[in-house]
Amino acid sequence: MHYDLNREQISGDVYTNRFAQGQSEDTLILNMGPQHPSTHGVLRVILELDGEYILRAEPVLGYLHRMHEAMAENRTYLQYMPNMGRVDYVHALGWNWAYVGAVERLGGIEVPRRAEFIRVITCELNRIASHLLWWGTYLLDLGAFTPIMYAFEDRERILDILQSVSGSRLTYSFFRPGGVAFDLTDDFLAEVRSFIPHLRKRLPMYRVLVTDNIILRHRCEKVGELPLEMCRRYGATGPVLRGSGLVHDVRRAEPYGVYPELAFEIPSEATCDAMGRYLVRMAELEQCLNILEQALAEIPAGEHLVKGAPKPRWKAPAGETYFATEGARGKIGVHLVSDGSATPYRCKLRSPSFSNLSLFAELASGILLSDAVSILGSLDLVIPEIDR
Amino acid sequence: MLKIIFTEDFIRIILAAVSVMAFVGANGLVLVYMERKLAGHIQRRPGPYEVGWHGLLQPFADAGKLVGKQLFMPDGVDALLYWLAPLVSFLWVLVLFIPIPFSPSLTAYDMDLGLVLILAFAGINLLALCMAGWGSNNKWSLLGAARAVAQSVAYEIPLLLAVLAVAFASGSLNLSTVVQYQGGWPWQWNVITQPLAFVVYFICAVAETNRAPFDLPEAESELTAGFHTEYSGMAFGLFFLAEYAKMIVVCALATALFLGGWKGPLFSGVWWFLAKMYLLLFVMIWIRWTYPRVRFDQLLNINWKWLLPISLANLMATALFVKIF
Amino acid sequence: MEAAHKLQGLRDLWSLIRGLQITGDALFRRTVTVHYPRREVGNLESFRGPIELVPRPKEPLKPKCIACLLCMQTCPSSCITVVRRKAPKLAAEQTQPAAAAGDEKVKKPAAPKEPERFLYDYSLCSLCGLCAEVCPVQSICFSSDVYLVSQRREEFRMDLLAKLQEQAGAAKGSGEKTV
Repeated sequence: MHYDLNREQISGDVYTNRFAQGQSEDTLILNMGPQHPSTHGVLRVILELDGEYILRAEPVLGYLHRMHEAMAENRTYLQYMPNMGRVDYVHALGWNWAYVGAVERLGGIEVPRRAEFIRVITCELNRIASHLLWWGTYLLDLGAFTPIMYAFEDRERILDILQSVSGSRLTYSFFRPGGVAFDLTDDFLAEVRSFIPHLRKRLPMYRVLVTDNIILRHRCEKVGELPLEMCRRYGATGPVLRGSGLVHDVRRAEPYGVYPELAFEIPSEATCDAMGRYLVRMAELEQCLNILEQALAEIPAGEHLVKGAPKPRWKAPAGETYFATEGARGKIGVHLVSDGSATPYRCKLRSPSFSNLSLFAELASGILLSDAVSILGSLDLVIPEIDR
Repeated sequence: MLKIIFTEDFIRIILAAVSVMAFVGANGLVLVYMERKLAGHIQRRPGPYEVGWHGLLQPFADAGKLVGKQLFMPDGVDALLYWLAPLVSFLWVLVLFIPIPFSPSLTAYDMDLGLVLILAFAGINLLALCMAGWGSNNKWSLLGAARAVAQSVAYEIPLLLAVLAVAFASGSLNLSTVVQYQGGWPWQWNVITQPLAFVVYFICAVAETNRAPFDLPEAESELTAGFHTEYSGMAFGLFFLAEYAKMIVVCALATALFLGGWKGPLFSGVWWFLAKMYLLLFVMIWIRWTYPRVRFDQLLNINWKWLLPISLANLMATALFVKIF
Repeated sequence: MEAAHKLQGLRDLWSLIRGLQITGDALFRRTVTVHYPRREVGNLESFRGPIELVPRPKEPLKPKCIACLLCMQTCPSSCITVVRRKAPKLAAEQTQPAAAAGDEKVKKPAAPKEPERFLYDYSLCSLCGLCAEVCPVQSICFSSDVYLVSQRREEFRMDLLAKLQEQAGAAKGSGEKTV
């Protein structure tokens, strides 16, 4: 590699130099990030601004690339579990589930019924925590400093509940191929049973404080209009897709676990703007509570881990599988290729935020800078997941 | 020469200037603490707690920290503009306190054109913001400064019109006269006779001081601190102090114009003035921690499409009323 | 239509007042902060903190560990280092009588199944629990130590055997009966 050490000539880096100046000389080329209070993580967006209007935007990724897919090739199937909690630490159990689902499909491992219900309960609790975090930080981006504190109050309760069963508060490696690592206690069930009405009481307060607030509505309505065909082109999934009118949820489209037995609605809005995505996520909080209630009522007694679950040096049969779950941000996919040895041959992680972010470049031409912040927040990006 | 220096007026002005600086300093400290404590409790957390009992000495710790920090100048800044901006931002605020009647005996200088002085000097802040934004050699600061200019210029006009309506009703631009014109009881205050003017004035005051929900020039989550991104240490401290001093000025002005100044039901005096001023400051802080930020074009929309027509209509109605009766 | 528009406008402004009501109400309620270190959080038992060795019931100074090295192999972050205790070397006097008696092979004593060193690098540990799960004798457990802080990385490289001695000593010192 040729390093040019002549300080006078170094300006910007390979990306900024490629982002050539536009025609007009009055435009500003600005770096939003990677250190920026409102890009959630180390995301860098190169902007060309004309006053307040963005002419072009280009996200630059890779600042948080931690080589998870390469690590998969050097770890056994069981040793890779902690990685899955770190890919998207906000909805770690979604990634946990996608990976163990893929391993189970590969190895033909059955999961006991009780373990399936435990997975549903913990994953939905994690989804609620993820949405609360999204809500708080979205409002922080928009300039309201209090809702994040209120959201974290509730989120702390969820984290305490999940800590009591898995021992971790954020990066869970709770699932195992063939079940879950620990069984639930009665304390846990009682805690969740008391948490559900508590959150139900808090949600109207969130609506009055924020959702109905005229200032927020003006920041979100008609901002970032995302037509459905654009979602399809970029492969957007999750609340981004549902906020554009399509009712598509992996839990119904490619059912897994015991979701076919649980009755829940899939919220969607047809407004295609940031407000639609916001309302979809708030409605999903309600639906998570419904799912939790049903799962708590129907959870059977039984094993939490199947007998004969893979041991540490387990060799998967050769082959490849793909398993997808519905994460808080969209469709989480894990594509596992095995060559019969104890470590995977290839593990491809499909991250929903990556697809959701790709549409930002097209979405961001011609909008105001404040709208760009609002859009990035409404896409619910978690950069570690994008960069893996 | 000595005759000029030792006239009563001159000494009075010098004393007034010194006491205004002391007042601003002391109130700045109180406001810093109040803001952080209120913000904390609104957010269900205690705010400053460790320094002193319940954090009462926190402002001194903050001041000590700011004074002790390194004052650096980034590469490529325009030195004159960069260093002048905080000074200009802070020093002019002191002038604004001169006509404000804290009590009959505690007015720094009773001028007939007190209102005009305040409105005229309110525009100098723009100069400081522009100098900071341009001189910082930082595109984010430039954006913040550009926003600040548009916002300040826009919101000065309804402010002026609202204040003029009160001046019309009271018949004078002298703040002491405006206070005298009101009575001690709440229903005798100008806020009852001029409610629209009060609301318009308050909204413009929040916008002029760059407080949320109109804090775009220093939008933390969008612009990484806007026009004061590149400042640290006491330079930032001066901007900080200037913002709080401006808040005090607009609230003091609102108290004098709309809330009856130093008059109260019993025992009129400066304590009533301070109480009402702090009530308005409390409301400003409360609003800051509740609402998200308004977008820039919506900000200007509010001004040109709502506040300006309302204040204009208010002014004309007041003028008509005064003329007829 | 006009009236509906105006009504919406009033409702919008009213939403601002309602927001103020909520924050104003929060202003006067108790804070939810736990003032550490004056008070502490109460739910630490389930927390998975740094790992510890479980002592043998009858010999509290020794861990249950049989030095099978499974935990070392299973750890994804390679943060455990276990060194097996080697068989004790026999002195000359002990081999001589056996050789004199005509045994061709001198019986070497077997290596005791215990670790000589058990090192743990907490700065690499991801608290996944695989070591505890895979240990055939359940010799590894989690402490609930959430307050582990240090200013130097060396303090995070722990010698778990020494830690076990400390804990056993402390238990003895406080007069607890170890059966």
